[in-house]
Amino acid sequence: MFESVGLHHYLVVGLILFCFGLFCVLTRRNAIGVLMGVELILNAANINFIAFSRYSAGSYDGHVFSIFVIMLAAAEAAIGLAIVLSIYRRAKSIDVNELQGLHW
Amino acid sequence: MTAAHGHEIVTHTSNLLRWIPLLPLIGAAINFLVGSRIQRKMGRGAVAGLATAMPAMSFVLVVMSFLQLKGYPTDERIIIDHVWKWIHIGTLNADIAFQFDPLSAVMCLVITGIGSLIHVYSHGYMDDEPAAWRFFALLNLFMFAMLCLVLGDNLLMMFLGWEGVGLCSWGLIGFWFSEMANARAGNKAFIVNRVGDFGFTLGVFLLFWTLDSHGAGTVVFRELANSVHLIANDQLWGTTVATVVTLFLFVGATGKSAQIPLYVWLPDAMAGPTPVSALIHAATMVTAGVYMIARMNFLFDMAPFTGQVITTIGALTAFFAATIGLAQNDIKKVLAYSTVSQLGYMFIGVGVGAYAAGVFHLVTHAFFKACLFLGSGSIIHAMHHEQDMRNMGGLKNYMPRTYWTFLIATIAIAGIPPLAGFFSKDEILWKAFNYNPAIWAVGFAAAGMTAFYMFRLVFMTFFGECRADHHTVEHLHESSGFMTWPLVILAVGSVFAGFLGVPAALGGSNMFEQWLEPVMAHSAHGGGHDVHGGHHNLTLEYGLMAGSVLFAMCGIFLAHLMYNRKSINPDGIAQIAGGRLHTLIYNKYYIDEIYQVVWVDGSLGLAKMLSWFDKNVVDGIVNGAASVTKLVSFINGRIDLHVVDGLVNKTASLVHGVGGAVRRIQTGSINAYLYVIVIVVTAVLFARTW
Repeated sequence: MFESVGLHHYLVVGLILFCFGLFCVLTRRNAIGVLMGVELILNAANINFIAFSRYSAGSYDGHVFSIFVIMLAAAEAAIGLAIVLSIYRRAKSIDVNELQGLHW
Repeated sequence: MTAAHGHEIVTHTSNLLRWIPLLPLIGAAINFLVGSRIQRKMGRGAVAGLATAMPAMSFVLVVMSFLQLKGYPTDERIIIDHVWKWIHIGTLNADIAFQFDPLSAVMCLVITGIGSLIHVYSHGYMDDEPAAWRFFALLNLFMFAMLCLVLGDNLLMMFLGWEGVGLCSWGLIGFWFSEMANARAGNKAFIVNRVGDFGFTLGVFLLFWTLDSHGAGTVVFRELANSVHLIANDQLWGTTVATVVTLFLFVGATGKSAQIPLYVWLPDAMAGPTPVSALIHAATMVTAGVYMIARMNFLFDMAPFTGQVITTIGALTAFFAATIGLAQNDIKKVLAYSTVSQLGYMFIGVGVGAYAAGVFHLVTHAFFKACLFLGSGSIIHAMHHEQDMRNMGGLKNYMPRTYWTFLIATIAIAGIPPLAGFFSKDEILWKAFNYNPAIWAVGFAAAGMTAFYMFRLVFMTFFGECRADHHTVEHLHESSGFMTWPLVILAVGSVFAGFLGVPAALGGSNMFEQWLEPVMAHSAHGGGHDVHGGHHNLTLEYGLMAGSVLFAMCGIFLAHLMYNRKSINPDGIAQIAGGRLHTLIYNKYYIDEIYQVVWVDGSLGLAKMLSWFDKNVVDGIVNGAASVTKLVSFINGRIDLHVVDGLVNKTASLVHGVGGAVRRIQTGSINAYLYVIVIVVTAVLFARTW
């Protein structure tokens, strides 16, 4: 029953996930929510990598890339959360709308 | 050791199997997503009812599959449900597939059966909990993960469940996370488990690699059993690969199943709600290590050294945890150390190669320990969350049902025939005696202590005068039916579960061992020692049985003298050896403190050292470079000031003007930046496509 699944299906799933992630990043006011949106976007990229890898030459390049992305996402989450934590300590808030300090 | 391989095992397929783990997952999903709304609109009962119905339906499915399995000939008892392809990379093939064989059947019956009862009980226990939906969602998710662990047909599925139960355990220990201590206990459990899981993954990797080098890389249990003989001659670090792999896997088991040296999280895990302690930290999750070793028995049989390590660790854990249990005053802490101790017995069983005996103790223990924990929960609930036994006493008049069920389970754990604990514990002790009498002696001593501290608990809680304050006594009452009926069922189980495995010496046929025979077939001659002993030296076996029953009786009698008749003053005993021994045991051998100093403070110290290095050495280099640059620039500046300045000043004022105009774009609002990024990237992409 899953034989009819093709490359396009994966790309559409990736696209939907990307859009969700983007929506999340743009609309969330909670900084942690923004970080979670970034994770979604990274995973959307992962799905594309894997899908192209699976349906093209059959090399493992896509797999390797997606593992890099996963590691990158882990590092990003760790550093991102650390930054959020220190922002919270300074500003007592993680609402990105209230954090306007990053300017001239 | 080179048991039958090469021929294909006859298997059956069934599409029903996937629903056993899936139903609790659906329950968890519903309660996570809309549970808070359901609870607000339709009350707590709706949430609890939904969460209870799912594992109950799973239980029905398990029973159906069990009956189906029973109908097949012994060597065909395996049902497969292949759901879909999961990971296919190179030679690694792991699928979402479930396998139902006699061992999985036993585990599933315990998990769904006792799990459903505990769901019912939780409805009574959490009757004033505003976030019940979160509790039940996590409980259902736990059921899903645990069922994946025991039903998965490959090591990766097992690992999925293995990590899943850890996650749910973290969430449920820290369920009342507004208190820092609870949140800390959850974190501790999770982090200690991660240490073990790391060993587990290393074991899986090494096993797969080694097999792959023989062209037989696989993680599916059935194929592993057939091809594991290929690695028999491989060497690594001066020993066989099988030994290294099994030692790594055992590290994973010590984490999940709370053995020395990673047992420290389990007593702290009692911070969670009591039904959680009963389900996760007594009956099911903590037995995952025992299940894993029984499942991988063909591999563990190839590594007699690992068997020795497991047996030694198991015996030491059984003994030390029992000694700690002697002096605790928190009712749940006593039960927690008793669980650690009983898990030690199970590891003695699987360590000596008597896998069936280990799993048998797992089953009987699930009954009586769940009953004990739920009983203690009933007490704690009635006493308004009082857990100190010194403030209890005389409860048998107020809570008769709780008292009787608790007493039955206590007799079962003490190993008095014909209750469940006697058969399983004596089976293990008998196998241990054949393996090494020293191990038997340690287990025997621990059994006597178990009888003592469990009856100490009973006498302190249920007998004598009630020592609670006046207000609490006034409100003392038996718990509701939701809580007492599961207790009654579990107590009945504690009485009769033992009859599943009556040994040949007592005129039984050990149905339980026969039932597991197909799974353990490869290990029939394993380990170079006789695991089917018992036919020869009947007198010895009877002697050992009588000895352990007598010893348990002594323990009970001593507890009676000290805590019921009070003819021996416990404080006098505590003063033996200047009271130092008692202090040592009371403080759990200071293991937590030692771990704090060595590991926690150690890594904090390392972090501080690195931070110092960063501040002084790295920053020093950077600052040095900076001062050199400063000097060079100073010289440069002199030239600059007199030569290039005129031209530069004009440029600078221009830049200043432009910058002043443009800096308005820099609003500081992160959202604005994000929008700009998105719009520009989209624009560039469109520009490229045109």
